[in-house]
Amino acid sequence: MDAILIQILNGLDKGGAYALIALGLTLVFGTLGVVNFAHGALFMLGAFVSVTVQNILTISKKVKDESITFFDAYKETPYLEIWWGDTGTMIIDYAVPISIFVAIPVMLLIGLAMERGLIRFFYKRGDADQILVTFGLAIVIQEIVKANYGANPIPTPAPEIVAGSAPVGSWLGLGADLVYPWWRLIYLFFAITIISTVFAFLHYTTFGMVVRAGMHDRETVGLLGINIERRFTIVFGLAAVVAGLAGTMYTPILPPDYHMGMDFLVLSFVVVVVGGMGSLAGAVAAGFLLGILQSFASMNEVKSVLPAIDQIIIYLVAVIVLLVRPKGLMGKD
Amino acid sequence: MEAINPSSGRKDNLTMIAFTVVVLTAPLWGKLIGADYPDLLQRFAIFGLFAIGFNLLFGLTGYLSFGHAAFLGIGSYTAAWSFKLLSMNPIPAVIFALLLSGLFAAVIGYVSLKRTGIYFAILTLAFAQMSYNLAYSVLTPITNGETGLRVLRDDPRIIDTALGVEIQGPLLGSFFGIEMTGYSGFYFCAVMLIAGFYVALRVFRSPFGMKLAAIKSNQTRMEYTGYNPKPYLLAIFIISGMYAGLAGALMVIVDPLAGAERMQWTVSGEVVLMTILGGVGTLVGPLLGAAIIKYFENIFSAINESVLLATFDFLPEGLQEFMVTIVHPFVGGGWHLTLGILFMSVIIFMPGGIMEGIRHLTDWIRRRKE
Amino acid sequence: MSDDIKTYSTLSRRGFLKTSVAGAVAASAPMFFVKNAHAFTNEPKGSTVTFGFNVPQTGPYAEEGADELRAYELAVKHINGEGDGGMLNTMKPVSLKGDGVNGKKVIFVTGDTQTKSPAARASAKRMIERDGAIMITGGSSSGVAVAVQSLCHEQGVIFMAGLTHAVDTTGKDRRRYGFRHFFNTEMSGAALAPILESEFGNQRLAYHLTADYNWGWSQEGSIKKHTEALGWQTRAAVRTPLKEVDFSQYITPVLNSGADVLVLNHYGKNMVDSLTQSVQFGLRDKQVNGQDFQIVVPLFSRLMARGAGDSIKGIYGSTNWNWSLQDKGSEAFVKSFGSEYGFPPSQAAHTCYVQALLYADACQRAGTFHPCDVIAALEGHQFDGMGNGPVEYRAEDHQCFKDVLVVKGKEASSSEFDLLEVVEVTPRAKVEYPTTMQDANYVGDLGSCRRV
Repeated sequence: MDAILIQILNGLDKGGAYALIALGLTLVFGTLGVVNFAHGALFMLGAFVSVTVQNILTISKKVKDESITFFDAYKETPYLEIWWGDTGTMIIDYAVPISIFVAIPVMLLIGLAMERGLIRFFYKRGDADQILVTFGLAIVIQEIVKANYGANPIPTPAPEIVAGSAPVGSWLGLGADLVYPWWRLIYLFFAITIISTVFAFLHYTTFGMVVRAGMHDRETVGLLGINIERRFTIVFGLAAVVAGLAGTMYTPILPPDYHMGMDFLVLSFVVVVVGGMGSLAGAVAAGFLLGILQSFASMNEVKSVLPAIDQIIIYLVAVIVLLVRPKGLMGKD
Repeated sequence: MEAINPSSGRKDNLTMIAFTVVVLTAPLWGKLIGADYPDLLQRFAIFGLFAIGFNLLFGLTGYLSFGHAAFLGIGSYTAAWSFKLLSMNPIPAVIFALLLSGLFAAVIGYVSLKRTGIYFAILTLAFAQMSYNLAYSVLTPITNGETGLRVLRDDPRIIDTALGVEIQGPLLGSFFGIEMTGYSGFYFCAVMLIAGFYVALRVFRSPFGMKLAAIKSNQTRMEYTGYNPKPYLLAIFIISGMYAGLAGALMVIVDPLAGAERMQWTVSGEVVLMTILGGVGTLVGPLLGAAIIKYFENIFSAINESVLLATFDFLPEGLQEFMVTIVHPFVGGGWHLTLGILFMSVIIFMPGGIMEGIRHLTDWIRRRKE
Repeated sequence: MSDDIKTYSTLSRRGFLKTSVAGAVAASAPMFFVKNAHAFTNEPKGSTVTFGFNVPQTGPYAEEGADELRAYELAVKHINGEGDGGMLNTMKPVSLKGDGVNGKKVIFVTGDTQTKSPAARASAKRMIERDGAIMITGGSSSGVAVAVQSLCHEQGVIFMAGLTHAVDTTGKDRRRYGFRHFFNTEMSGAALAPILESEFGNQRLAYHLTADYNWGWSQEGSIKKHTEALGWQTRAAVRTPLKEVDFSQYITPVLNSGADVLVLNHYGKNMVDSLTQSVQFGLRDKQVNGQDFQIVVPLFSRLMARGAGDSIKGIYGSTNWNWSLQDKGSEAFVKSFGSEYGFPPSQAAHTCYVQALLYADACQRAGTFHPCDVIAALEGHQFDGMGNGPVEYRAEDHQCFKDVLVVKGKEASSSEFDLLEVVEVTPRAKVEYPTTMQDANYVGDLGSCRRV
């Protein structure tokens, strides 16, 4: 029972990440009709916002370690700690939450710049051209990050107070052994919040209604005299923010490296397509579905019956869903 | 699409002759770009074949497969097992690789072709990724996992044993006594490439190719005219998969090792990029794209600081240092960056890829002359 | 001998590089025509000899590859008599005089393995076919090492393996032309188990998470074997996909399994991710069976461990070498490397540097570059003063036998480099295994050296 419950939590948590990444991807495809292979790179950039904020907060006074003579090793004390003592330590400790506030404007700017500078010239081009140019862009972004931050993962811990695990078991009156990391619970909560916000935005604002109408029938909306182009630019910015935030928040779980975007890229395409290309609700549903199935497939009990099922479960589910439902879970014709 | 007429037949013959000459003289012109060593030339031919086959599907029908790496891998593993169990002669390896990759393509194609567009792409991707993940882990007894399947001295090799053929030197593919390494390996690949190119040319010009192109332009209309496009699509999918299988087999023939990496999505992605870079639906484009990407991977990655210093040796000291500093991030470990920039600039300035760019350029020159 | 070596070089690093040019521009001898003119593959004819450095420059191990490359450049420098001579001053015996090898100056070519077997072989082939490399060295994974090693064996070129830890490299996949200085999973298990027993007791129930590929299985097998011999039991050994980044679904079953030790048979990025996440799941704060829960990482890499941040504190593991060692050889190497690049070398850099020197020295002792003679010079060679105490290149499998370091993540580090503390230097005798092991992974056929 405990084992099942905890795997559901794992699945929801994974699903939250998948859904967040897939949401932006399907938004861009649905409204702009662009197959964006650089979407994984946006996720990665979000994570590196966290790294950058942490680096800035920990700019340190360096005292040379005299015991080491062959090269320069420094004992580092962040200026924030020197100036403000415990308050400074606390600020550094909260680097990741602080990054969220930085990531929103930064990712928005990156998204807008990408759309205005490159993507908009490709609206009328074929899928093939879009794939090559966005793939090229993803590689360039990756390499720039690699040149500046190196190839190794960089630790970006969660604040001390939520670094450990929450006693989920005792909350629910189950065993005390049932614990779950605070940060993963926060991530799940955060993912649901962001997803709800995006949905509310698209459903209850005039802007959102125009965008949704545009997704449905771009030409008619254009004929109505509405400047759909500008709205699409903002949609791209929004997608960049969602992907970026997914990355920023993920850093305590996964120390970021320059390659992490590519690791999630293929998966996010699978999620989007299983959900139904261009369907926001579908992407979210598929994200959670695949996350939960993947968690269950990894259980020893399951693996002993079906060896290596955890290696292929996502793709197997994708095949089955697409054969049963031609346009994915919630795709429209 | 050009109509079938007598003049196009003559033109095709010229194309074939020119193509053959260019391919066979590769060791000579390769010298100009520092590519005159057998391994890279083999790679040009093998990946060229892979891309030409991929383009038969994508270029003609518009169906974007994101799982062609699976067939490449199957071709490789089949060839390696043929080397292990039957003979070091490449002929059985090629035949079995074609058969098995064709069989897999028939199964995967039959299922995937039930869908179109991105749904088709994800189905093919899913099959390839499942193959890759399994090959890397539980299928290790068949694939030798991470290390890759190698040919060993104590393998049975039934045919060789029966004929009394004994391998004295290194364990390499042997075409009736000719070792499939170095330039002889390249010429074996080159012959396969020329044959593959010829078949592709015939397909492009055939009524079959016309029908495929019609599918691309309008599937519904085609159905109204009474044609069921499915058999045609499946046929070209199988042919395309067999090209990939042949390419995979050639990899093993010139270098007896079959690795699971060959099935990863990045390899499927690579052939997509090669084709788009060169020009989707053009005959020569995919080959060109393949050569460019392999050139970057093998030549640019090998350029290090000392090579740069030598290259800029003619400059005065300060300027030399400056140039090395500027260029260094783009070579060696930075070859990915150069490739990314190349992808972007090609597609920004030449919509439709390199061949399309060349066509626009020649058109423009012709118009200026007039 | 150090008289021959200039103690200080006025040549800048780039000045040095300028003189070590090889490959793309200059040496493209048309092997096509002159193949039979050589007594052996790539026999050096001019005043120089070319080494091929094949390291990962892209992908997850790019940082390790970059460090390997730095070490190789340093080795070439020292062999050619530039710089402070590094370990040439401490290695015993030594035949190199700081004037190149056999009177020829060493130059080098580089390539990118991408940590993929086919790409690594393509790169090695380029070095052999185009650039005329006499020896290939480098790499950061066992799969690549085994693949390149068999290529080199077929081509008649010596391969000096870089970082490769699976038994296979010198076990079932050993080759006459391949040599490994780095230690292996068997030695890690043998060295770690007694320390784990003395630290954690012999009543332990272990749970393994294992990267699902050759190296992972090799490591899991060795730790299981050696800990079980000391009384531990193994609760479960679960395979995780190599490309996995979120291990939560594998970690949660550990919580209720009743196990009190988690062994992470993960390397590099896998290790950083699984360790970070395991600590988040509160494993280290747990009490099971009345004992503190423990996590073990059998193969530590300092370079990568940095990615796990504070999570590595107090975690036990093993390593081939660490810069904090105080012996003469290690000091000489850290000094050369540190003053050249401004930071200490990694274990990958160390093993690569030593391999390059050992190869050059063997050529010098043999008085020729003929692989058969160089192989003979390396087989059974005993040396000292290179950072691992007395070492022997065992003739039967081309594996170096030497002391193994058991390390622990440092609680209070004094700088960003000071991450591991050496807990125990397990002597060679305790980690050495006989050439006649029952396990099929440990036995193989070297093949023979071919004289034309």
